[in-house]
Amino acid sequence: MMQIPCPHCGPRAQEEFVYERALESVIVPGADDEVAMERLFTRTNLKGVGDELWRHTMGCRAWLVVTRDRVTHEISATRAIGPEVLP
Amino acid sequence: MIRFTFDGQPMEAQPGDTLAAALLRNGVRLVARSFKYHRPRGIMAAGVEEPNALVTVGLGGRAEPNTRATDVFVYDGLVATSQNRWPSLERDVGGLIGLFSKALPAGFYYKTFFGPAGLWLAYEWFIRRAAGLGNAPVLPDPDRYSQRGGFCDVLVVGGGPAGLEAALAAAEAGERVLLVEQDAALGGSLLRDPGERDAAWAEQAANRIRELGGTVLTRTSASGYWEHDLVSLTQLLAEPGQVPANGTAQRLWHVRAGRVVLATGAIERPVAFANNDLPGVMLSQAVRTYVRRWGVVPGQRVVVAANNDDAYLTAQALREAGAEVVAVLDSRPAPAGSELAKGLPQFNDAQPVAAKGGKRGVSGLIARVGATDQTFDCDLICMSGGFTPVVHLHMQAGGKLDWDEPAQAFVPGAARQNVTTVGAAAQPDPVQLTVPAGNPKTSFVDFQNDVTLSDVDLAWAEGYRSVEHLKRYTTLGMATDQGKTGNMAALSRLAEKQGVAIPEAGLTTFRPPYTPVTMGLLAGRTHRDAGAHLRRIALYDLHAERAPIWQPLGYWKRPRAYPRGVEDLAAACRREARTVRERVGMTDVSTLAKFEVSGPDAAALLEKVCATTVSKLAVGRGRYTFMLREDGFVCDDGTVWRLDENRYLLTSSTGGADRMATVLSYARQVLCPELKVSVVNVQEHWAGIAIAGPQASAIVAALTGAEAPRHMGYAQAAIAGTPVLLLAASYSGERAFEIYVEATHAAPVWLACEAEVLGREGCLFGLEAMEVLRIEKGHVVVGGEVDARRTAQDLGLDKMLNKAGGFIGAAGMQRPALAAPDRLQLVGLEATSGIIPEGAMLLPRHNRPAEGHVTASAYRALEGGSIALALLAGGAARHGEEILAFSPTRKQQAWVRVTSPHFYDPAGERYRD
Repeated sequence: MMQIPCPHCGPRAQEEFVYERALESVIVPGADDEVAMERLFTRTNLKGVGDELWRHTMGCRAWLVVTRDRVTHEISATRAIGPEVLP
Repeated sequence: MIRFTFDGQPMEAQPGDTLAAALLRNGVRLVARSFKYHRPRGIMAAGVEEPNALVTVGLGGRAEPNTRATDVFVYDGLVATSQNRWPSLERDVGGLIGLFSKALPAGFYYKTFFGPAGLWLAYEWFIRRAAGLGNAPVLPDPDRYSQRGGFCDVLVVGGGPAGLEAALAAAEAGERVLLVEQDAALGGSLLRDPGERDAAWAEQAANRIRELGGTVLTRTSASGYWEHDLVSLTQLLAEPGQVPANGTAQRLWHVRAGRVVLATGAIERPVAFANNDLPGVMLSQAVRTYVRRWGVVPGQRVVVAANNDDAYLTAQALREAGAEVVAVLDSRPAPAGSELAKGLPQFNDAQPVAAKGGKRGVSGLIARVGATDQTFDCDLICMSGGFTPVVHLHMQAGGKLDWDEPAQAFVPGAARQNVTTVGAAAQPDPVQLTVPAGNPKTSFVDFQNDVTLSDVDLAWAEGYRSVEHLKRYTTLGMATDQGKTGNMAALSRLAEKQGVAIPEAGLTTFRPPYTPVTMGLLAGRTHRDAGAHLRRIALYDLHAERAPIWQPLGYWKRPRAYPRGVEDLAAACRREARTVRERVGMTDVSTLAKFEVSGPDAAALLEKVCATTVSKLAVGRGRYTFMLREDGFVCDDGTVWRLDENRYLLTSSTGGADRMATVLSYARQVLCPELKVSVVNVQEHWAGIAIAGPQASAIVAALTGAEAPRHMGYAQAAIAGTPVLLLAASYSGERAFEIYVEATHAAPVWLACEAEVLGREGCLFGLEAMEVLRIEKGHVVVGGEVDARRTAQDLGLDKMLNKAGGFIGAAGMQRPALAAPDRLQLVGLEATSGIIPEGAMLLPRHNRPAEGHVTASAYRALEGGSIALALLAGGAARHGEEILAFSPTRKQQAWVRVTSPHFYDPAGERYRD
């Protein structure tokens, strides 16, 4: 059970969060069909450090990006996303 | 004096006795029968590593099978029962298996019971009964189990000298300390080897830690080490089988620690020789513990067989306690230090070969001293094959192991988390390994699983090279003790066979839990009704007064039908459906997912989530919509209403509500955060009442005092003085309205509607009648026809797709295979003979491959006759064909004609007033 530093709430137990998907699997509507299919079906499942989308469902409910080593579970960074952090 | 029973025999124990100590105190040697061969077994260890002495403790729902006799402290009234024997421990019929043990080598079951899978099920029934552990209790556990979190700067696991020292130092330095010890007493090795420091020192140290604000928990075991220094602790508030003082039997802690100190000690290894599993063959340090801590001397004529210095302390302790030490057999060629061996009959280059004896225990030992065999009469053999550091938690935390050559043991190496290991777990005593001299067929390495050296040899001979394969083939290191005593002996045998050093042979992975954990503790309070939440719809009590048949739907229960008089479900459903078609009916639709989407970009967000156009909708109008998954399949459907210039209401299916909330949030937060839009989940804010039937318009007009909006129109109104949203949406195929009212004000609106509906000889209808009506109308349902494998085209919805694209799933649905003409497509079925069975497969005639299946079937509301919705390969082009709907499981069939799914009013004329 990991401890995830929520950019809004601080360090919280993993059970407050829901994992959504790897950031590289996000398909922007209107994306090129081939890009979309690669992201959906044939992308590489990265071993090691990667960016992931999580959601603080049992906390502030915000979406966040967690930079996590998928082998050791080490979390090197988290950042807030969404309308609130747009410039 | 504490009284307890073992197999019905009343016995007495001293305060602080474990069950094992108490049994030895009462002269009991035979405690259990072994797992596979039913060999007589006694007590071997003094701690949680005990492989043999498993008993059932407690009665009824409190009974705890497979409890280690060494890990339960005797309380007044304790009831212990031996296991895996019939009719009794003394006369165990299963023991005959032991006579045939030559015929039961490793992998025996795999080799013998091949053949049809069904046959295995029959064998298994007998095997499970012949070989095994205790019986699981069948009654509910009457006790409570609690769970809690915890935080500390330093978590120290192990209350021996090293752990107490580390905890004391941290506490003195001002850190928040939590120290846990699985035993009831603190002190660890000090309890068997008191010196300058002893049990009293340990208590003083614990008190000092508490004074400094720290916490010391006994009977608390660190069972798992998870990511980011989270350690789970299992705290026993009552002993196994004991009635807990305040109702709570155990507590599960999740402790997030700043750092962790493991002072978990080392476990002594047995020595492999023939019959080394007889009662009376014990681990050397365990014997010393029984003598010094509990004052129990387990034998009077003792042979010690060891490969290290530590065992000499046991010989000394036994002699001090009045036992006769017959021999100390040291497998090392050189004598131990003169102080240690002083006055002991010591033999060097001496190894045990075979123990003699039976179920009453050992009576002698044949040993090889130099090149000659000698026999020693004895009733107790103390063995010590070295020490295995308890590295389980270190390894669970992702740490590496190093090989310690002098100790011939794996010790903690580089850690991945914030954890250090101290004491005997980090620096075990040096030993010298020798090749076992006894008959490998009865030289046990894993006592709990009856794995002998010859089983390891056999696995090797049959080609099992990796230690992981060895484990799975022989069951070495499995079951409740997870090989705490046996793994290293087997590993050194494997390394010897391979001709490599032990570290090259490898080691299996240790996984949580370290010691067995009661299932109830993991469930905590989330059992029975607390396991799944039940939400109540706003009008639950009002429906309950009308005594409906309930049906679970999502988190809720909704009325399935409102039977009158002696009606059963089918009769009530028929009446309700007919009443809606002929006059009018009303039902509760509160559970539908509902979202209010507002802002200048509201339509733009909806056009990302919905696969239909939204922006062209006029204010005050609504339309049907559906949503796709990213791979292009339909996942949900509903309606979207333009309440105002920049304000929309989206409804979707009850069961998909959480998913839809997530998708909307994902679209807004991740896909297009630049949109100026807000989404509010109003699912339970609004209660929903649907009124459907030819008289619905008149009723709505009467209730609101205004003309009812036309089909797919929206209006604000008031019913019974309460503001409502009025949506002219129809699911049944009749002119119909959904009335949304704030949930807390729903009752007066429902009652006003009900009076009007019943006044016109209408009725309440439930989900069952709604199902009939929607099947007849050809409306798809999520989870039925919308089965996550259907495209818009499959369901006949493709004409409604937003041509501009840009919605979720637009790319996925372009995949060429999704346009194949033979895909399963939505059709209607009309029975020409028979009744269409739900779930039936569709085939051209008998003994041909299935070409589709029935998703929902019903009788037509007015005319009767069996109809169904179905998914059929290439079905859209097959209207008019006659095929077979066949259900081998229901043993029913019907010949059916393929039709359009729209059985009722295909032109939609009934929507118009």
